[in-house]
Amino acid sequence: MATLKQLAEKEELFTGGHRLCAGCGIPQIIRLILRSVGENCSVVGTTATGCLEVGTSIYPYSSWRIPWIHSAFENASATMTGIEAAYNALKRKGKIAKDKEIKFLAMGGDGGTYDIGFQALSGALERGQDFVYLCYDNGAYMNTGIQRSSATPFGSATTTSPAGSAIPGKTQWRKDLTRIVAAHNIPYAAQASAHNWKDLQRKAERAFAVKGPAFLNVVSPCPLGWYSKPELSMETAKLAVETCYWPIYEIDEGVLKVNYKPKEKKPIEEWLKLQGRFKHLFKEENKGLLKEFQDRIDLEWARLLDLDGKHI
Amino acid sequence: MSDKKENTPMVNTGEYFTSGNLAVAEGSLAAGCKFFGGYPITPSSEVAEHMSIKLPQTNGHFVQFEDEIASIASILGASWGGWKSMTATSGPGYSLMLENIGLGIMTETPCIIVNVQRGGPSTGLPTLVGQQDIQQARWGSHGDYEIIALSPNSVQECFDLAITAFNLAEEYRVPVTILMDETIGHMSEKLIIPEEDKIKIVNRKKPTDEADGHLPYKAGEDLIPPMAVAGEGYNVMTTGLTHDERGYPALEADAQKVLLTRLLDKIRKNKDKIIMLEEYMLDDAEVAIVVLSSAAGTAKAAVDKLRAEGKKVGVLRPRLFRPFPHKEIAEALQDVKAVCVLDRADSMNDFGGPLFSETRSALYDLEKTPKVFGRIFGLGGRDFKVPDAEDVFTELFKVLKTGKIEKLNGYITI
Repeated sequence: MATLKQLAEKEELFTGGHRLCAGCGIPQIIRLILRSVGENCSVVGTTATGCLEVGTSIYPYSSWRIPWIHSAFENASATMTGIEAAYNALKRKGKIAKDKEIKFLAMGGDGGTYDIGFQALSGALERGQDFVYLCYDNGAYMNTGIQRSSATPFGSATTTSPAGSAIPGKTQWRKDLTRIVAAHNIPYAAQASAHNWKDLQRKAERAFAVKGPAFLNVVSPCPLGWYSKPELSMETAKLAVETCYWPIYEIDEGVLKVNYKPKEKKPIEEWLKLQGRFKHLFKEENKGLLKEFQDRIDLEWARLLDLDGKHI
Repeated sequence: MSDKKENTPMVNTGEYFTSGNLAVAEGSLAAGCKFFGGYPITPSSEVAEHMSIKLPQTNGHFVQFEDEIASIASILGASWGGWKSMTATSGPGYSLMLENIGLGIMTETPCIIVNVQRGGPSTGLPTLVGQQDIQQARWGSHGDYEIIALSPNSVQECFDLAITAFNLAEEYRVPVTILMDETIGHMSEKLIIPEEDKIKIVNRKKPTDEADGHLPYKAGEDLIPPMAVAGEGYNVMTTGLTHDERGYPALEADAQKVLLTRLLDKIRKNKDKIIMLEEYMLDDAEVAIVVLSSAAGTAKAAVDKLRAEGKKVGVLRPRLFRPFPHKEIAEALQDVKAVCVLDRADSMNDFGGPLFSETRSALYDLEKTPKVFGRIFGLGGRDFKVPDAEDVFTELFKVLKTGKIEKLNGYITI
């Protein structure tokens, strides 16, 4: 694994000057992942419609120093299947050197991955496509104005799950996509966080190294949609992990490993209180919801620990 | 929810300063819409957002789905459950909905699709105005069919035509598209919501025959079968396959002929009742602009200005694009000598925009066919301003004077 110094010396494949918001978690996730592609490897990227796509490609600029293709919202994985097949054909014909290593990276937000892109993702995983899928999960459709997605946390107020007299924000729990992806029995699936560069980098290196599909689900703070302070983004991401809302773990060749176990699991309020989208949960009448939130996290964390080190 | 099947309207009577997106949502609530199934997409998302606030307060139901395919499928389901239902989307989302719009036509399911158009093709110009989706509204789904697609040009009309759309959908059992655009969707104007008893509401016809032996697709002279709701005791049998009066698949040519003829004729034979046009200063006009949607207001402003100078100019604005008002356009323009048709969409045939092609064809059989040319304006989301409309009238007067059209089709404002 590369040291921080070695990483810093590598060529930047994702440039500055993009239009993602101040405090957005996406750019550093992408930078780190692109730096984790092995030496002498080339990488091709495709991005579903979303913040990352819009923020990095508005004419006449591009942040991408790799071949990069914008797919439609629902099919980054399918697009990548075509790209990979075409590159393989070029290799067979000898137009690209046979020993040249090319990595395929599909990217999408939670809307483009958990929701509309899920069918294409599942299809590519089932086919055993040799690619890495990165989901930057900021927990809502931020690009179109903060509408709820199936990744949106319980209780979160969004523009289509507004907190009010009828509902206290989103009433459903988020979809556990990492486990669903792992259920396709792919070589590698992992959950990571934008704040923990070392863990994320190791996972990205592993994802690029395995043969077959690899999936990275990375929590990405969004000051706009979380109503959080941009300067506290990394701290907010860290608290998602410290409270075990977003456990960081991996499933490598079927074996689950919890990569970080907080010495002292922080109460969920610590994470929630930094974000305006949960403000209403702190009202007297919503105390029960806070407890429900905590209970569910405790349960899921306990289940995860039960599986730690086991073949699942 | 005791009033679930009643489609009780929610009329927020009063005067507002608001956007077209909110107006179309309010119009839908006033029409009795109880179910919204949608998916976020710019520039339509405010419709969903508004419905997500309002519907839970009126025993209605809002669901955000995982994509547009699920959204449109859900509103067909809700309609079969007896609710008035709708979705809102734009370009790429409308593309994903087209298969199910076809299913809605085949199964004769009343529902509303609001399309707040943006520039295309593909992801196109999400935040800028476009009107190219009118191509899809007329023949986007596969197969032969008739559909209704309305075209509002002001915030007030977004409200008014939302009610009309629900009424037409219920009366003719057909999906109705409201072709808004980004300009109207995001523009704020005065909106007057009338009192509830001033709003005419149409509800779908229900069967009155015995449940035993009921034929769900048997229509009377009006060609529109009464619609039973699942759970009311009647046999509900519906399919996207060609079907007979029982609703059972019937895959013979004769069955296709019977069904298809009825699906087409129930709209075609009622065109007189469906078609709406606005004629502005056309009575003595020598030259006229034909234009849809948001740009019509601009053209009318140019007419006001030129009329003050004594020039005989006018505007014809169809308030719908499907069914197309061929006969009515010909009648309205029979005494006009030169016509320019404005489209905010190019076509796929290199022969002018969609409104141009249809209008020119509509005028062909007139005794004194006016000189007709087309101009495509505002591509790339560019503004269409009053001086642009004045330039069009200048060109029209030139054609009138010389009797010659120098350029049949072309672009302006770009």
